[in-house]
Amino acid sequence: MSLLEVRDLNVWFGLPGGGELHAVQGVGFDLDAGERFGLVGESGCGKTTSILAMMGLLPPNASVAGEVSLAGTNILAGGEDSVRPHRWTDIAMVFQGAMNALNPVRTVLSQIAEPIVLHGGSSAVAARKRAGELLELVGIPASSGSRYPHEFSGGMRQRAAIAMALACEPKVLLADEPTTALDVMVQAQILDLLVGLSDEFGLALMLVTHDLPVVAQVCQRAAVMYAGEIVETGTTDALFHYTRHPYTRLLFAATPDLYGTGAVASIPGAPPRLDEPVVGCPFLPRCDSVVERCERERPLLRLVGAVDGATAAHAVACHRDDAGGAGGAGGTQ
Amino acid sequence: MTGEGILLDVADLRARYPVRRSIADRLARRPRHWVRAVDGVSFSLRRGEMVALVGESGCGKTTTAQTILRMVESAGGTITVDGQDITALSQRRLRPLRRGIQMVYQDPYESLDPRFRVRQTVAEPLLVHGLGATRRERDELVAGALERAGLAPAGLYLDRYPHELSGGQRQRVAIAAALALDPVLLLADEPVSMLDVSVRAGVLALLDGLRRDGRLGVLMITHDLSTAAHFADRIAVMYLGRIVEYGPARQVINDPQHPYTKALLSVVPDRDPRRRKTAQILSGETPNPVAIPTGCRFRPRCPIAEDRCAETDPHLKLARGAHPEPHEVACILA
Repeated sequence: MSLLEVRDLNVWFGLPGGGELHAVQGVGFDLDAGERFGLVGESGCGKTTSILAMMGLLPPNASVAGEVSLAGTNILAGGEDSVRPHRWTDIAMVFQGAMNALNPVRTVLSQIAEPIVLHGGSSAVAARKRAGELLELVGIPASSGSRYPHEFSGGMRQRAAIAMALACEPKVLLADEPTTALDVMVQAQILDLLVGLSDEFGLALMLVTHDLPVVAQVCQRAAVMYAGEIVETGTTDALFHYTRHPYTRLLFAATPDLYGTGAVASIPGAPPRLDEPVVGCPFLPRCDSVVERCERERPLLRLVGAVDGATAAHAVACHRDDAGGAGGAGGTQ
Repeated sequence: MTGEGILLDVADLRARYPVRRSIADRLARRPRHWVRAVDGVSFSLRRGEMVALVGESGCGKTTTAQTILRMVESAGGTITVDGQDITALSQRRLRPLRRGIQMVYQDPYESLDPRFRVRQTVAEPLLVHGLGATRRERDELVAGALERAGLAPAGLYLDRYPHELSGGQRQRVAIAAALALDPVLLLADEPVSMLDVSVRAGVLALLDGLRRDGRLGVLMITHDLSTAAHFADRIAVMYLGRIVEYGPARQVINDPQHPYTKALLSVVPDRDPRRRKTAQILSGETPNPVAIPTGCRFRPRCPIAEDRCAETDPHLKLARGAHPEPHEVACILA
């Protein structure tokens, strides 16, 4: 049994004027303590919706089905009442753009101390001491806590946002695009911090991002999402070197490589609408290796043989047996 | 510097912003402070070329572009476009030349007017500059620009609003609006950083194709070294208002000379999990350009700084070794 097990997660959004948008379609994965897992995909693929569902933080027009088990307990079983005891204390989240959501008129330290009082029942003095320790943990001198957010650089604000998520000592941290608005050097500093936290304290880290190279360097395993579902999952090594899904391969080929000399190609077309049922493979209109079966039948995620070097389960939702072509994305550039 | 076919020549360009003084500062007659956002930048660009200005936020790359556009007045140096010094031209005399220098902004979700159809967005610059005598003529220019920007057939897009377009299509509309004036110089400020990975390559290939046609040159501002490595002819790495390394793109990437460039390259994540570099993570962030360190401005964060780095402010000089094209570095230890 893994620390976090997500099974068959589905999210529908009710649309004004009737109709439903099936934003997350049967997503599932495991995450162990100290492990770093990447959830990769482009905007609108359902990655943020998936983790908001895991936190029980979706708006009222969303309906959720599936299981999110923490150490064997399904926290989605009883709605808000069953999520609340676990939210922040067992599973916490750094929201996208959290660094820009700090309260500008309160000091950083007091903002980190507040949830500690609310959730842990600590005294104000103890909470402030704890907040100082948390700041030190993320690499900010506790004495800087008396400053206001505008006196912090972007990187420091992001560190403060991470400290806030860690306030109740969660076992699982979901980080939504934690480095997207940051410069490459500051990005390296923040990723270094997150890797350190998972190595040192056994924090299970889920990195949600559109940035494949970041996942390749930080995570051991990853899942690629497209149109609300996971289309390929495995070790980051297998995803790059033994790519099976055409979307994964094309996504790698669309990412410029510092030392690569081959062409960088965009993927023509756009993802399908999710407010109407998709017949066949959702990637079909953009795919470069369609077979006849793709039009009729939606491919389900199936295990593919562990190729040498790829030990952990490698699964793909594609009808082609040799999906992705020879040698993986590593061979295309 | 004047040379064959030089389209844009920037020499020792400087730009500064005043720091706001409090009333107390004024009463005490304390001196005004300046942010030296661009502090002696020189480079040139030929027609058909793409040069990338690379650096972290606050390094002065966007101010450099705004100064070339004369949106920010320079505090020194010269800007020569197509052989004409535009640094001190009056706004009236600048106007016909400004047509030839167009800007593409970072965020096509913000830069397009949501109430304008594509047709209006692309026709607007024509009206501003009094081009296209009749509506029919303007329509032809608009359609031509859209198709040049890869939105063909133009008829499919003319009557759409921005919200009906994808991110990539929006940026192509913004590029079409710039192309409508048939510019010789395109300044692209982080043209793909707001777009999805799968469409970025298409927009970059479009800019690449435009300059390869030879009608214009592109100055691309980006923080993404991989993009610069792929598409630019030359890369200028900026730090605190100065170019610290300048040379052919491949050479700067494969054989970096400046310790800052080396550190930046070491932290660019690789797509291949097996290729792990020893990341050289610099502590802190770019210092405040109000108080630029003495001597070498990179000294406080430099992993190899020596005492003598505090004494001289290094200027660009030719890097060691024989290079077919000049590769310059501003470091006394390189």
